[in-house]
Amino acid sequence: MNSVNKIFEKELLVKSTTDNLAVIRDFIKSAANQSGFSEDSTGKIILAVDEACTNIIKHAYKYSPEGNILIKIKFNDPKFSISITDEGSHFDPNKVPEPDLREYYKQKRIGGLGMFLIKKLMDEVNYSTLSGNKNQVILVKYLSN
Amino acid sequence: MAEFNVNLRDVGSVSVIDVKGYLDAHTAPELENIFNKLLVEKQFKVVVNFDELKYISSAGLGVFMAYVETMRENKGDIKFSNMKENVYNIFDLLGFPILYEFYKEEKEAVHKFSDQG
Repeated sequence: MNSVNKIFEKELLVKSTTDNLAVIRDFIKSAANQSGFSEDSTGKIILAVDEACTNIIKHAYKYSPEGNILIKIKFNDPKFSISITDEGSHFDPNKVPEPDLREYYKQKRIGGLGMFLIKKLMDEVNYSTLSGNKNQVILVKYLSN
Repeated sequence: MAEFNVNLRDVGSVSVIDVKGYLDAHTAPELENIFNKLLVEKQFKVVVNFDELKYISSAGLGVFMAYVETMRENKGDIKFSNMKENVYNIFDLLGFPILYEFYKEEKEAVHKFSDQG
């Protein structure tokens, strides 16, 4: 049984490879458990972070394995906040349209679902550009939800 | 490392794919390989049994979207069975139940193909 903490911070730095997605999910799972989230909410947070990191690996780093992905978790009950920072190409999240599954099906398009899922799964999602050409997305989930 | 296993077996004229473990951007290519093999063998009637799948991300969902139309154009389909609730919820969030058939048991999904001839 994990003990529940009211306030803590954790971070993980990994290279931009898809095999690290499992490492990232384990890291998020342990932090969400430590914060006292239900299994269902923990599953949502894990998937949202997986989707955000998958997007970074695919789009920001274009599958180059040398990029850095820095994940910082801050929990201050009830706010669980995950910032994910990369140094890859910038993208404008406002230019990514919400997917229409029927259109996707016709066009055999298989991307773009990730961002849609992230919005559905988290309470707050904020994309920003930091100095030094860094991109950051902050995902927030509140414990009460 | 994400553990993922995919197994292919025949049930009559239907190909059943068993997926097990974690299906994400790292492991999705293994599932794509199976679908490519089915296309080469002109086997278009497919049931995916999710009984032992613990996790799916959009990279995994994308595989089904990429192949379903080809299967349907060839009088086949991709049908889903034995999905756990947490996995089904992700399919549901993305609106898959409008476009795909989901069955509790693999048998029902397989029989559905024989009903259709």
